[in-house]
Amino acid sequence: MEFVTHHPVLVVSLIKIAIALFVVMTALAYLTWFERKVVARIQSRWGPYWVGPHGLLQPLADGIKFLFKEDIVPPAADKLSYVLAPFLALALALTTLALIPIGPATISILGQPTQLVISHSNVALILLFAISSIGIYAVVLAGWSSNSKYPLMGGLRSSAQMISYEVSLTLSVVGVLLIAGSFDFYDIVGGQSGHWYHSIPKWHIFPQILGFICYLTAAIAETNRVPFDLPEAETELVAGFHTEYSSFKFAMFFMAEYANMITVSCLATLLFLGGWLSPFPETGAWRWQLYLPAAGLIIAGIGLIVGGLRGVQLSAKLVFPVLGIVCLGVGYLCTLPGVMPVIQGPFWFTAKVFFLLFFYVWARGTLPRFRYDQLMSFGWKFLLPLSLINLVVTSLVVVLRLR
Amino acid sequence: MSIAMLVFIACGVMAVVGAIALILAREPVHSALALVLVMISLAILYLLLGAAFIAAIQILVYAGAIMVLFVFVIMLLNAGEEVRTNVSRLAKWVGLPLGVFFLAEMTYSLFREYGNRVAATTGAAAPVPASTQDLSIKLFTEFVLPFELTSILILIAVLGALVLAKRES
Repeated sequence: MEFVTHHPVLVVSLIKIAIALFVVMTALAYLTWFERKVVARIQSRWGPYWVGPHGLLQPLADGIKFLFKEDIVPPAADKLSYVLAPFLALALALTTLALIPIGPATISILGQPTQLVISHSNVALILLFAISSIGIYAVVLAGWSSNSKYPLMGGLRSSAQMISYEVSLTLSVVGVLLIAGSFDFYDIVGGQSGHWYHSIPKWHIFPQILGFICYLTAAIAETNRVPFDLPEAETELVAGFHTEYSSFKFAMFFMAEYANMITVSCLATLLFLGGWLSPFPETGAWRWQLYLPAAGLIIAGIGLIVGGLRGVQLSAKLVFPVLGIVCLGVGYLCTLPGVMPVIQGPFWFTAKVFFLLFFYVWARGTLPRFRYDQLMSFGWKFLLPLSLINLVVTSLVVVLRLR
Repeated sequence: MSIAMLVFIACGVMAVVGAIALILAREPVHSALALVLVMISLAILYLLLGAAFIAAIQILVYAGAIMVLFVFVIMLLNAGEEVRTNVSRLAKWVGLPLGVFFLAEMTYSLFREYGNRVAATTGAAAPVPASTQDLSIKLFTEFVLPFELTSILILIAVLGALVLAKRES
């Protein structure tokens, strides 16, 4: 107890880290489930179905499977780098999430008022880019240390790809920075409040639509996802840089990829989609929007109860109504006057991030993979000039406005 | 001992260990990694001083861009382990004393500077770390000529690389 009173900030930070880690790990696990389900729908399949109702326990089963599989280290591998690479990948991917705020509210933990972010920095955006730029080492090291042909090719390809697209990624964000005039996420989101003509929210996506498209494309390439998943093009490279990895080390690369997807989506939400701001005006006539989180949860709860009882699987009949009742309970909590204002920010933030993650999966389900030379010429000859044009035009407009 | 002090000691040890490993490692990739470790620990030291912008740029530019290219090239050339030779006579008789001399000089000046700093800051308020705005205003007004010259220098290097890489037609 003495430690708590002496280091209140440290203890509160540790509590926030524990909560965030739990939420993110769960989100990661269910993101894989979500992706498999959505891709299955696109391809007219059912996706995971048998482990738990509608495959809901599939992520858990996968996790256990990864834990108990034999952990093979190739004898010719460079041991230090081989072990370091997956840890680096996951640690860096999770560290970036510490800089992302999810709401404007100030809550109280152990009597300490604190913001809805683990680490508030006034150069948060650059710090985030800095941390994620080290992530390349994980891929490079994994490819090199395996001491095998396919991983080496995969590592070389993906490091070249990540360096190339990082340029466009950073440049596409500069437009937003010029308008916002700050690296601080709170200032960037704060600058997006208000509406044009009382209807269109002042989000950066509207003046920066070109920047947004550049950002999204570069972000998909940066996270090595379809259609830019060249590093793991299985027809050419088996599995790219992580071919020689097995068991939990492989799972760590897998988790890092999904954590990076979440980070990139959070960043897009903060920079272009108004972060935690509601799309509706905050005037008296729009007060009903405060009940939207509760309404969404209650509708989901009723749907789960009705759908579960009508389901075929016995497990679904048992589990879904219980989940539905939990949803109803949480929905009721969201209408309490103490909770309602706090929950608004995280609700809109999560909704927007969820939409972007759906976009990711959607792209994976519908687009074919690029060829390697197409990828490189697209990055350098199309995306980079486009983001440069966006930058020049934006700075011109900003300077003319200042006059 | 405060937490900042603990972090400082940890990063200092990490930087020194990384620097020694950089020289002693026989595998080029390990050397490069050790250098990355040094850069990251330096960046954390900048963070401790309140210079978050410099810290971020240090990681972004050095660890994130330049060293990645180094590692990339090492991998591409598939450089093998270093071959050790016997220490040359020049290194033994000139290099070693010179190294010791520089070490002594640096230690002396650091201690003297530290004494001055302690004398100066007792009583006076701690210096406020420069914000990103201050830094950029300085960079684009007072130091705009060196800044532009540096960018031209880099441009020349890029052109040189282009010329060298261009195939004979």
